[in-house]
Amino acid sequence: MGGVKATGIFFRGTTTSIRVDKTGIRARIGVAVRAVLAVAIAVIVLIPVVWMGLTAFKKHADAVAVPPKVFFTPRLLDSWVFLFTDRLVLSKPMLAQYPPECTQSWQVCLKSCPEVSRWYECVALENGQLVTGPSKYLERLRNSLIIAGCSTFLAVLLGLLAGYAFSRFEIPGKDDLLFFILSTRMLPAVVVTIPIFLMYRRLGLHDTHFGMILLYTVFNLSLSVWLFRGFIDEIPREYEEAALVDGYTRLEAFRKIVLPNAMTGIAATTVFCLIFAWNEYAFALMLTSEKARTLPPFIPSMIGRGVVEWEAIAAGSLVFLIPVVIVTFALRQYLLRGVTFGAIRQ
Amino acid sequence: MATIELRKVEKKFGDLHAVKPMDLTIHDGEFVVLLGPSGCGKTTTLRMISGLETVTSGQIFIDGRDVTWAHPSDRNIAFVFQFFALYPHMTVWQNIAFPLQSEGQARANIEKRVQEVARVLRIEHLLHLRPKALSGGDKQRVALARALVRRPAAFLMDEPIGALDADARETMRAEIKRLHLAQNATTVYVTHDQIEAMAMGDRVVVMSEAVVQQIGTPAEVYYKPANLFVARFIGSPGMNLVRGHYADGIVYLPGDNRYQVPASWRPALQEALGGQGEVILGFRPEAGRLSSEGALAAQVYASDLHGAYTMLHLSLNDELIHIRTERSQGYHPIGVVVRFDILSDMVRFFDPRTEKAIRRVGSGSPAEEVG
Repeated sequence: MGGVKATGIFFRGTTTSIRVDKTGIRARIGVAVRAVLAVAIAVIVLIPVVWMGLTAFKKHADAVAVPPKVFFTPRLLDSWVFLFTDRLVLSKPMLAQYPPECTQSWQVCLKSCPEVSRWYECVALENGQLVTGPSKYLERLRNSLIIAGCSTFLAVLLGLLAGYAFSRFEIPGKDDLLFFILSTRMLPAVVVTIPIFLMYRRLGLHDTHFGMILLYTVFNLSLSVWLFRGFIDEIPREYEEAALVDGYTRLEAFRKIVLPNAMTGIAATTVFCLIFAWNEYAFALMLTSEKARTLPPFIPSMIGRGVVEWEAIAAGSLVFLIPVVIVTFALRQYLLRGVTFGAIRQ
Repeated sequence: MATIELRKVEKKFGDLHAVKPMDLTIHDGEFVVLLGPSGCGKTTTLRMISGLETVTSGQIFIDGRDVTWAHPSDRNIAFVFQFFALYPHMTVWQNIAFPLQSEGQARANIEKRVQEVARVLRIEHLLHLRPKALSGGDKQRVALARALVRRPAAFLMDEPIGALDADARETMRAEIKRLHLAQNATTVYVTHDQIEAMAMGDRVVVMSEAVVQQIGTPAEVYYKPANLFVARFIGSPGMNLVRGHYADGIVYLPGDNRYQVPASWRPALQEALGGQGEVILGFRPEAGRLSSEGALAAQVYASDLHGAYTMLHLSLNDELIHIRTERSQGYHPIGVVVRFDILSDMVRFFDPRTEKAIRRVGSGSPAEEVG
């Protein structure tokens, strides 16, 4: 808004610019209405995320309370301890074997309970549970990071090269090839889960990182090729040709000229591919069981111990959001920037 | 600096001939303009010289070295694009330095050379800006600076001022011409604007439909067009071309006009037409002279005042011709019949069957003609 206002002041009295009226009362109302609308939309969109965030700090009884509790006494550690540990629910007699100071609040436990040494064991004990070991969450998170990261990198790299080739070179049957690539997305992906499951079993790709990276790369590649074809079409050929006569090889021209100008496309495609690979559920459920299992099928399976631990699920989902948010924020400056800077007249 | 030689260079896109086999030698330091309507193959020719386009057959030599299959970066040429093609993610300084960096030059030397060309092109104050912030003329100066900085053997320019507005075009035309004189660099320049071609070229290569129509100095292509295409294409308006019948030293023109063929032309016409036959008479608008005793008569069809002169449109029994008149020759209302003569040394004849110019034997060196 500041920019508009400044322009208005600048023009006032010097020319009859239409921008002057942007500082008028009607314009201000317009701005206010738009701001209110934007906030309203943001609230609607954010409610589930905020609710998830709140749930992650509730104690179990509050998390499952009906009607849901908006105001509650936050428990900062419960859900996180539940998320990262496997526990055993202690029966009354077993619990009774502990000295009373061990099962009261975890602060007291940590100070004066000789039988438990770790703070998270105290937190569990306070909830009547015994920590039996770390949960699989971190392992699954690692799998998710490896599989989504590698498949996104590959899909973007291969898509960029293929898109460049489709944009710049005469390829026999180019249109047919492009259509074929697109056609791989015409069937709903779930339809092929069983054939792929059988193939993966036979090929020994079941429950492997490589298998999942391959699958997600292939899924994303069609989108990636098409996006990059479009983005690179937007970059005038003359840039590269100028670099060629300026003494560079085609590869150098690609690196020094095409890549910097394709950053918007790279950023957008990276975000799209990452979101798909990160969130994919159905194939991960079918094709992984232990070694390569990712977070999406794991998080809802964190039920057990006799109850659904919604607060732990909420905490796990919250952590799950973080990598995508970080990547999107890191790349947003490229997403917002124009493809070219107007050095060529179109 | 360098000579550029094209030997039977040809380009096909599938079955389509973009350039039919052409020979062309561009001398050291020469400014050669490839001129023709769009789609005539002039840009393809330039791109083949640069190596951005492969040749279908034929050979290209730069300074005697066969570069037919050499990489563009290997030819020691600079290319100036119609739409500038400045790298948008680099500043002006970086754009100009880019060719030098490919040679792995020392930083100090690059700085020195960039400053030098920036001074020549008067863009020193723009070095820190990005191309987006520049005007059209300045963008083209930067593009020229980038071409100049490497001191290439030859400059190839593809309609470098075609994307500029009229004012900037005038300025840049003069600047490029001066730059050429100062650098004395071999230059191949593509344009579809015949005024630009005449103004700038040492020699003009007129192309049409993938074929070289004529190679000659601006004066040659203007006064001695090799065929009907060149006669019509060069000049604004083009050459007057009137169909007639030749017999016994007289061309019978529409509207009962008889044109007495100058004695120097008679043998050539006799020979070319076999005594008599259809012929096309050609003359430039400024070769027509109004006079009350003129041998030819025509009706005034329209009259355009151009300031310094008036262009009279005359109708010779429905065939329109143009004659340029000076102000002193008075006002000619539409519909009146005027009489005129044609300056005998500026008249040309064409054979309507071949569309080629009829040439006089032993009348000095005619223009280099091809095709």
